[in-house]
Amino acid sequence: MPTSRSIESDRETLAFSRGSRVDQSLPDATPVIDLSGLRFAWDPGAAPILVIESLRIDAGERVFLQGASGSGKSTLLALLAGVVVAQGGQVRVLGTDLADLSPAARDRFRADHTGMIFQMFNLVPYLSVLENVLLPCDFSPRRRARAEARGGSPRAEALRLLASLGLDGPQLLARQPAQLSVGQQQRVAAARALVGAPELVIADEPTSALDADRRDAFLDLLFRECARESTTLLLVSHDAALAPRFDRRIAFADINATAVRSTAA
Amino acid sequence: MIAVLALRSLRHRRATAALTVLSIALSVFLLLAIERLREEAREGFAATVSGTDLIVGARTSGVHLLLATVFHVGEAGSGLRWSSYRALAGHPSVAWTVPLTLGDSHRGFRVVGTTEGFFEHYRYGRAVALAISSGRIFAGPREAVLGAETARRLGYAPGSNLVLAHGSGDDGFMPHADRPFRVSGILAPTGTPVDRTVLVSLEDIDALHAPERIAQSDDPLAAALMAAEPTAEASRTITAFLVGLRTRTSALSMQRAVNTFPDEPLTAILPAATLQEVWALVGVAEQALRAVSIMAVVVGLAGMLVALLTGIAERRREMAILRSVGARPSQVFALVAGEAAALTLTGVIVGAVVLHVALPLARPWLASRIGLVVGGVWPSVLEWQLMALVFVAGSLVGILPAWRLYRHSVADGLSVRT
Ligand SMILES: Nc1ncnc2c1ncn2[C@@H]1O[C@H](COP(=O)(O)OP(=O)(O)O)[C@@H](O)[C@H]1O
Ligand SMILES: [Mg+2]
Repeated sequence: MPTSRSIESDRETLAFSRGSRVDQSLPDATPVIDLSGLRFAWDPGAAPILVIESLRIDAGERVFLQGASGSGKSTLLALLAGVVVAQGGQVRVLGTDLADLSPAARDRFRADHTGMIFQMFNLVPYLSVLENVLLPCDFSPRRRARAEARGGSPRAEALRLLASLGLDGPQLLARQPAQLSVGQQQRVAAARALVGAPELVIADEPTSALDADRRDAFLDLLFRECARESTTLLLVSHDAALAPRFDRRIAFADINATAVRSTAA
Repeated sequence: MIAVLALRSLRHRRATAALTVLSIALSVFLLLAIERLREEAREGFAATVSGTDLIVGARTSGVHLLLATVFHVGEAGSGLRWSSYRALAGHPSVAWTVPLTLGDSHRGFRVVGTTEGFFEHYRYGRAVALAISSGRIFAGPREAVLGAETARRLGYAPGSNLVLAHGSGDDGFMPHADRPFRVSGILAPTGTPVDRTVLVSLEDIDALHAPERIAQSDDPLAAALMAAEPTAEASRTITAFLVGLRTRTSALSMQRAVNTFPDEPLTAILPAATLQEVWALVGVAEQALRAVSIMAVVVGLAGMLVALLTGIAERRREMAILRSVGARPSQVFALVAGEAAALTLTGVIVGAVVLHVALPLARPWLASRIGLVVGGVWPSVLEWQLMALVFVAGSLVGILPAWRLYRHSVADGLSVRT
């Protein structure tokens, strides 16, 4: 199994050498996420809401980041996605300092390497379930090619992911998102985050709209799919009940200096 | 990619999109229709008389002479002597002349006394000659040829009888009841003031007015002579005459010859030039029409702007999703701006197509009722320019909502805060 995977990744390296440098060698030592001295304020004049001296997450880890609402978890994820840029410090994803990239290159980097799941409103309302899942392949040739390599075609890979998340049947796939239950929508979002095997999946409160049973079922599916590709998973939530199921648990208050201060105050 | 998304998104909001397209299509239709009619009206007006090189009448202003003789608006004025007419008609550069006598009317329609030459030489539009649609031109005494509208409105046919009255106005005064006319023929519609006339021979006009002159004359001998010879050409006056020249180039010298005619003060006008002058007078109305149609376009585009702006709140989430899968803010911008452009383009096309389908259907009606001969189905250069202008304006309108969503998608991060 490890041999076949490394052959596969070699093939990808050849096919996508014009892509990110990261592909060429991803030594196990390179952390997927590596923050140092991070400082971020939405309003550049104001006091920062994020002050994180260091945070390192390695490849294949499943990390739960728990913190109170409004403490800045979603903001941190936006920084990791390269949608916003820190005023100070370094945000390295897969060895690349996002601040070194142009805004367009950051968007491309996100499309290539990161899958995202949100609490709600994950799906584009005017696209069908299948089209929603295929969106990352539309924005990232790398993910399109990787999906093709895995499933034969992006579409087949998307169908495989949906089926393994318990979503199949042609009429379900042709449906508009508004016709799905919240639990179904979250699974579609997971399939989209996973399609084309990005190295990192970021989930922002993905289970907060689900009841306890569905929440556990959803996490099971998510873990299983991440395990297939040794995808790194970072899940943030205010809900401490999720913690026991993860390899690694981080309290946001422990890493974010401003949070410590505000709890102390 | 973005184009596909834009189309899917439009399809998703097809009710709003359809309304927007409809309002733009209507305004474009209005704009093009008004422009087309305006253009045709101007051309039609400029071609009210064509093929006539000069119009000559008693000394007056050019516009007055044109209005009186061609449009039958205003009083015809004093007129000129038959001898003067004869003298000028014999000028070597003159090919033909057609005398006109105005001043009588029939139930609101002007009576024009003239000769057979009128039917032969009068031209309108692109050198179109008058045509008889039924009957024949006047030949015997007290026969009248009616313009198309005169006949239609009064319900006359060849053989109908009518009584002329002196003066204009609805019923005129001093009806010439003792000398009824018979309709000999009816002209085909021309879209010119000829449609609203009653054409009779000069001799019949002379005969009508002879008793007046007798009554007015203090000299019993003269009165007796006139009574004996009612059609004496020597005493005849006419209102004006149309002149066709052998060569166009002699128009200005001929005009000078008329204006300096020694026997009595006369005015000659070049009808095309004077028509231009008159059209300039109605230019204000023309501008008002255009302003109305431009306003319609502004309203149509404002409708689209409102629809796009009200959609912003709803679409911020959609844009955050697209950003999360890798869309650049510029692609968010292109998506929204592209939608506005697509909506406008569709509206412009629909409006233009509807116009060009409606035009051939409306053509007979326009020609017969308003006298507008609306030609060509293919849009003119000006129409293409107008359509391009609307498209550009619509695309520009899209920039505002696109810019706002762009700003949001940069500032929102990935979670939309409301
Ligand atoms: N796009 C934004 N612009 C300005 N301020 C923001 C934005 N997003 C979040 N914030 C602020 O940053 C703080 C942290 O928010 P967030 O990261 O959403 O917290 P959490 O996800 O932990 O609930 C909040 O005070 C919030 O108001
Ligand atoms: Mg949050």
